[in-house]
This record gives sequence, C-alpha cells and structure tokens, in this order.
Amino acid sequence: MTETSTTAATGAATEASATKPPQLRAARVRKQSIIKFVILLVTLGFLFIPLFSMLIFTLRHPLSGRWSLAPWVAIFTGNGESLGADLTVLWQGLGTSLALCVVTVVIMLLLMVPTMVIVHIRSKALERAIEWVATLPLTIPAIVLVVGLGPIYRWLSADVLSTNPIWLCFAYVVLVMPFAFRAIAVGLNSIDVKTLVEASRSLGASWVKVFFRVIIPNLWQSILSASFISIAVVLGEYTVASLLGRMNLQVALYQLGQSNSQISTAMSLLALLFGVVLLVALDLISDAMRKSKEN
Amino acid sequence: MTVEFNTAQGAASTTAPVQTEAEFKNDPTATLEGVRGKDVTKAAKRLLKESAERGGGSIQMQDVVKIYPGSTKRALDDFNLDIKPGEMVVLLGGSGCGKSTALRSLAGLEDIQGGRIMVGGQDVTGVPVNKREMAMVFQAYSLFPHMTALENVAFGLEVRGMGREERRKVAMEQLELVGLADQAKKYTQQMSGGQQQRVALARALAIKPRVLLLDEPLSALDAKVRVQLRDEIRRIQLNTGTTTVFVTHDQEEALAVADRIGVMNKGKIEQIAAPQDLYQRPATEYVATFIGLTNRLPGASNGDEAVVFGQRLPVLPGSAKGDAVTVLVRPENLTLSLPSRNDSNVGERAHVEVIHFLGSLVRVDTVVTSGEYMRWNKGNQLKVTVQLPASELPAGLAIGDNVVVAPRPVAALAC
Amino acid sequence: MTAAIAQNGPAAKAAGPSASSLSDTLAKHRQELGTFAVTLPFFAYTACFLLAPTVIVVVGAFQTRDGAFTLANFSKLFEANTVSAFVTSILVSVASSVIGAVVGGLASYALVIGAKPNGLMRRMVSAISSVLAQFGGVMLAFAFIATIGINGIGTMFIKQVTGLTVNPNWLSSLPGLVTVYCYFQIPLMIIIFLPAVDSIRPQWREACESLGGNTVQYWTRVALPILAPRFISAFLLLFASAFSAYATAAALFSQRSILVPLMIQGAMRNEMDPNQQGFAQVLAFAMIVVVAVVMLLSHAVEKRAGRWQ
Repeated sequence: MTETSTTAATGAATEASATKPPQLRAARVRKQSIIKFVILLVTLGFLFIPLFSMLIFTLRHPLSGRWSLAPWVAIFTGNGESLGADLTVLWQGLGTSLALCVVTVVIMLLLMVPTMVIVHIRSKALERAIEWVATLPLTIPAIVLVVGLGPIYRWLSADVLSTNPIWLCFAYVVLVMPFAFRAIAVGLNSIDVKTLVEASRSLGASWVKVFFRVIIPNLWQSILSASFISIAVVLGEYTVASLLGRMNLQVALYQLGQSNSQISTAMSLLALLFGVVLLVALDLISDAMRKSKEN
Repeated sequence: MTVEFNTAQGAASTTAPVQTEAEFKNDPTATLEGVRGKDVTKAAKRLLKESAERGGGSIQMQDVVKIYPGSTKRALDDFNLDIKPGEMVVLLGGSGCGKSTALRSLAGLEDIQGGRIMVGGQDVTGVPVNKREMAMVFQAYSLFPHMTALENVAFGLEVRGMGREERRKVAMEQLELVGLADQAKKYTQQMSGGQQQRVALARALAIKPRVLLLDEPLSALDAKVRVQLRDEIRRIQLNTGTTTVFVTHDQEEALAVADRIGVMNKGKIEQIAAPQDLYQRPATEYVATFIGLTNRLPGASNGDEAVVFGQRLPVLPGSAKGDAVTVLVRPENLTLSLPSRNDSNVGERAHVEVIHFLGSLVRVDTVVTSGEYMRWNKGNQLKVTVQLPASELPAGLAIGDNVVVAPRPVAALAC
Repeated sequence: MTAAIAQNGPAAKAAGPSASSLSDTLAKHRQELGTFAVTLPFFAYTACFLLAPTVIVVVGAFQTRDGAFTLANFSKLFEANTVSAFVTSILVSVASSVIGAVVGGLASYALVIGAKPNGLMRRMVSAISSVLAQFGGVMLAFAFIATIGINGIGTMFIKQVTGLTVNPNWLSSLPGLVTVYCYFQIPLMIIIFLPAVDSIRPQWREACESLGGNTVQYWTRVALPILAPRFISAFLLLFASAFSAYATAAALFSQRSILVPLMIQGAMRNEMDPNQQGFAQVLAFAMIVVVAVVMLLSHAVEKRAGRWQ
C-alpha cells in the first residue's frame, strides 16, 4: 500500500510541474480516505446483506423459486388465505405490542421525568441512587428478570388483574428504564435546570407551572428520544412475553414463522423500517430544533 | 494501526540512488527541487542535519501559495517572509487573513501549492512535519490528557529515543523554566488554562527546536493571565534565542513581544517592520487602521507634503497624490485648543462629544462643526479623536464645548 | 411545598435571627419531605418490578422445595451440560464482543476522523446503528435464516457461483452464532464508541508530529492509550449484552439448550419437576454474578481513566 501510494503521488507531482512542492498531507488524506472507505464498505456490507436477503426472501418463494408480491399483499390487505396463512395471531400480537408501547411510554415518563427533575435540583445523593437503580436492568438481564417475574405475574393474573398481555407493561417499564434514564439525563445535563427553576420561581411561578411551562419545554427533545427508544425496545421484546406465555408482536412473528416464514420476514422488515423511520425522524427533529435555536 | 502514510519511514528503509547522494555532497546548498519521491526525505534529512550543525534558525518563505482543497481562493498569495536567526516575528491580522495558514505551512501541517520554504538555508518544502525540527504551541487542548505535565514535556525527547532518566531531567528543567516544577505530576485536566499553555511551551522548548511556532497561544486565556504569559514567553525566547514565529489577532500582544510585526491581509504581508516603525510609519491604509487608533481626515497631497485643516505636514513614502485624499492622522498627532486662545489660522472648529480620562492621558472625541466635509465623508458627520496629556487639556472643558482641532506637523500617510 | 418556599421570603427573615433559622430548618425539612414524596413512586415501582424479582431469584437459588435454606441447588451448576453451556455462552460472547468491538471501533474511527462532525454519512450510520443495536431476537434470526439458512439467498448465491453447499446447520454452529451476534454487537459498539473517538482532538496528532513523532508513535503513545479505557469498557458492555441475549438464540435453536439463557428457559418449563427444583434460579443467579463482575470491571476501568478524563 505504502509503495503504490508513494509512487502514485510522485508520478502526479512530476506530471504537474517541476516546481510544485510535494503534497505530503494530501497524500495522507487520500490514503486515509481509502482506508475509511474500505472499513465502512465492509461494515455496512455486513449490516446490509441480511436486510437485502430478507427483502429478496419475501419476494421469491423459497421452494418454487417464483417471484411474487404475495406476502406483502397479504400483510397490507390483512388476508393471508392466498398463502394459506392465518394472520389473526399476527394482528393480535401487533395490536398488543402497539398498545404496550403507549402504556409503557406513559408509565415510564410519569415515573422518570418528575423524579429525575426534582433530584437533579435538590439532591445529588438521591440522583446517584436513582441512576444506580435505573441502570440496574443492564446488569440483570431480561432472562433473569423473567425467572423472578414468573411468580409475581402468576399472582397478579390470578388474584389482582388478568392474564391480558397488556399487563406486560409493568415489566417493560423496567426493561426500558436504563435507556430512558440516559436519554433524559443527557437533556437535564445540557440545560441549567437549577437556574431556570430559580429564575421562574423568583418571577412568581408555581411549581406546577415551572414544571410544565419551563422544564418540560426545555426537555422535550430528550423526552422524545426516551420515548422513541422505549418504543423500539417494546416492539422488539420477545424474552419476557414468550416466557410468561403472553402474546405480543415478536411471539406472533415467531409462531407465524413456523408456518409461513415469508410473511413473518416481511413483517420483521416492516418493523425494522418503522424503527429506522422513528430514529431518523428524531434526528431530523433535533437537527431542526438545533437550527432554530441557533437562529 | 500501521495504516497511515508515513513518507519518512517508507523512505528510510529504501536506499536513495547513489547519484543523488553524491549530488548533495558536492553541493550542500542545493535545494530539493526536482528530486522527488523517496529520495526527497532522505536527502532532506541529511541537509537538515548539516544545517543544524551550522546552527541556522533563519526562515525564508518564498512566493508561497496555499489553496485549500475545494476552494479557489488563495489562502496564501505569493507569501514572502524572511526571518533572521533568533528573531521573534509576530504575524498579525484579522480572522481569515492567512496568518495561521502561513504558520501551519511553515510547520508542514499544510501542503503548499507553490513556492518554497527554507529553514537554516535549506529547503524543507518536501520534509514531513515530524522531521522539520520545529515545535508548535497550539491555541488550546494540545496537551496529551493521559500524561502528566512531566510526561507531556518529556514526550518529544522520548520520541527521539532519549533515556528515561535523562529525559525526565531535561523535562524537569523545562518545567522549572516556565515555573511549573511543582505541577509536574498533575494531569492537564487538573491545571488552569494558563498552566496548560506553560506546559505546552515547555514541551515545545524541550526538543530544542530550530524554530518555535506559536499559534494564538494566549487567545483562550483570561486577560490577566494573557499579559503575564506573553511577557514570560518573550523573556524565555530572549534567553533561549530560539527563532520564533508568533501568530495573533491581538495588536497589543503583538506590539508587546515582537522584534518585528508582519501585518497580514488577504494572504499577504502588507508590511513587516519593528513595532514602533509600523505604528509611526505605516505603509498602507490597512496597516495604519489595523494598528492603533487613527483619524481619517480630508486633505490634499503633492506626494511630499499634505495640507490638512490648513496645516502642512510631511507625508510618508508610498502616499497618494491629489487634491482630495484621505490623510491618516493618529489621535496624539492632533492638538486641541479653545477657539478664544487659537491665534493661528490653522485648525478646524469642532465640538466635544465625549471625554475619556485614561489616567495620564485624555482622549477627546469631537465632531467637526462645519458641514462641508459631510459629502466627503459619505454623508456622515466627520468625527475627530484627539489624544493629549491630561495636563494639556484646557481647564473646564466640558461636553458640547467648541474647540479647534489641528494636526501637528508629523509625517502621516495619505491615501 | 409552595408554603415552604414562601417562608424563606423576606417576611420570615424580618422576624429575627432565631425565628428565621427555625423556619429555615423547617423549610429544609419540608423540602426534603417534598423531594422524598416525588421520588417515592419511582422507588416503590422499582421495588415491585425490579427488586422483588431479583430477590425471588436470589432467595429461590438457596431454597429447598419447602422453603428451607440449602446450598444443594448449586450442585447442578457443576454438572457437565451446565458447565458446557456456561463455557459456550462465554465463548460466544467473548468472540462476538471482540469482533464487534474491533469492527465497530474501526467504523467509529472511519466515521469521525477527517469527516464533518454533523455529516450525512455519520448521521445515517448512527441512526441505523441505534436501530440495529436493538434488532435482536426473532427478527434477527429471520434475517440470517433468509441469508444463510437452508433456503437463504446467500446459500443459493454461493451454490450458484461456487457449487458449494453451505451446511444447513451452520447457523446453529458456534461460528454461525457468533456471526449472528456480531450483527447487533457492531452497531452497539458504534453507538457506544463514537463519542470516545469524537473526543480525540486533531491537535494531539499535530502536536505529536511537530514534536517529531511518526504515525506509529502517535498511535501507540497517544491515540490508543487515550482510547483504551473506553474501548475496554465498551468491550465489557458488549460482552454483557451478548451474554444476556436470549431471544436470538431461542429463535435459532428451538430445542437444544447450548447457551445459559436457553437452559434457563428449559428449567422454567420444567419447574414442576422435583429434580429441577431451584435450577432456573441458580442459573439466573449465576448469570447475575457474571454480568455484575463484568460491570464492576467496566466501572473500575472507567474510574482508573477518570484520573485524567
């Protein structure tokens, strides 16, 4: 590599003119960009090939080799009969997962935002304690949590609530907690909450007003990001639902995959696309916010 | 991680053609022009060594052209600079004038598209940064965060293969020189901005560079620390006698430390001279207005003399001729008197707008009463600032009073 | 709470020094009470759904069927298939973390060095990475079955081009599993490591060069030592994430319990079997220990670097 580049650079320099100084930095930048290109090509290649394969897989029947849009038609018309698949389980799972997203995000926000704001202003010690607790689920894997949640959910569904999968939200709030905590903490640290509160309190605003009119508007970008990452986690959750015997999107996909892998692959791609759209939207929103702040 | 390009290493492992070797032996002043590729570095290294033995620290930048990739603008436009060994030259200019580019090109951190750079009489144009034996102090954040102050200073020596004990000793001496011997074991994050820049200075000096390059080293510091450190930089530079190029946008800083100041504008040096010369005898309007305060007064010039407000005064070389020229007069080269006391026929009536007391000096902002200059001044009132010793201020002068302002017969630039 | 603040006002101050200090103390107590009241739901919730399950696991690991204390459950940990599940789990996690950390680290470097801080490429890759890092489980299994499974696109492509048949069980072999895990490890590394590479200042490279250092010296003496602590702690996080992953493996191997999480699943299904008493809890407990050790190590590495960071 060194040999060829040096020769190439030399050749170029000689051609240009005899007095042109050697472009050592430019040669290095060129070499760097080749290396960068190769690294990104390999990495992105590895990441995109399976996605591409999924797409092809949904379009080409694996056994007959026929190309068709049938799985996509089935999903968008809601009718899988042409492929001999019963989609009710998929719709049920999807509905549950979407409902779980909403409920989980609401509980998560109610639980995390006021708590984090108040300890950020009032108590460093409590803030550290909350950080420790909120990031604990990273140390206690979902599969471990399920072992302990089993008895709790058995008791909940028998004596207090029902076996409705919507109650999975209690476990999911715990699962999304580390991600949500980090997103909100980033927002809290980027603004001077204390001064904001003191300023608005000195102007006579009540605590409720301070919270909703001052803090939330300044935090809403990180609240959005916490919500989006929670939605992504809930939509992809399989461990807890399957081991507690509840139906959600991923469990439905798995069951459907046993009978019709084309439709479930297509649905997986859609779920993934939804995730990408969510995060790109978040990126665009925060970019627009940054720009409007600058101007 | 050996992925990156390094000419020096690649070249060192290859034997240069015998012919080239001989060529340079016979003619030690030969430049590297025409010699390309692997031979360049090897030949250049030997030349640098020879010149270092002769103790040369002079710098010549000749017709240097720098165009940034993706731009058509010349960041350096046939830039010329000649520095004597041991001299401290300040490059002064506003943002985007090319002063940092000039410094970085000299250091080898930027490719140049034309011209050549000589250090100690040898062409270093094709020599990579790490073989130029120049040390640079950056604006900020250039210290290695994972090393203590002492390790930072010792880094250049370590790279040169100096033994552990010896380099610690040398580094400690350098830290003492900048007054930070007691901070040797601290990490950069634990030090103030001023201390960090001292360490950076010690680190640069530790390798005994042929040229010391300072790229706005004080601009990130507090005003007080800035004054302190700039005086210290000058003291150390005079002690070590290292040829130094200092880049700044702060004229006060430049006037305080430089042997000579080069005022830069649009990729060129407009004028390079000793601070006093530059102030008293500016060559161009840009220089006159960039350094110090100056009044733009209407006048007429014949190339030798000019008349301003009825007063004759000599003009500087390079001045314009004409009946309607602008003469640049410093505030201290103007007099101010009360109309009743003014017996001569020179001067122009004005009224006082603001009086600034600067201790022993007083600066008086006035507005010329007569409207006849309004057209000359593009429809604005002609304002004149006068600076005089407090003792010469007419007693009881108040805002709104009428005065007469007149230039002293001191050489000024007409343009 | 509003009252507490009002007492801090000028009226309270005017009442004299002793009265004001008393009301200050009172206000402080009420403030603390207020803080406590707001944080109470959070702690109550986490006690129910985080602390309680963890306690159930830990207690269950030390209990007999009748609820008496025992260490006997742990004997199952040393049975051959349990040990081999742990070894496989750790092996897969280490391998996928090493590959993920190196490739993801290189990709972060390629995205940051010499590029605009807010460039399109970088924003695109980090958005995709954040999605793919969460892309575990069933969907990931589908992706690789579609690529290199029996009827996978890659499998057929290789067959057409080279005539070789990919072993249909390759995906359930160790290299196959490592490859699948890399698919979320690499994006995860990119997300974690990008900020670290961002913190590398171009001045360091220039300073190193102007002091006479060459490229190798820059990397070995400056860049790598600065990045090392965050690289190691990122690697440990990757390990924890691979070690705890259940869904992907579960979707790929429906029957065999070759990894610890799969073994836990099996143990949960057979909870009524007296021979399996406390087995799921013991396995879960052991997992907590492994992940906790890894996390502590990661904290220790970060703390060591904290001297200068």
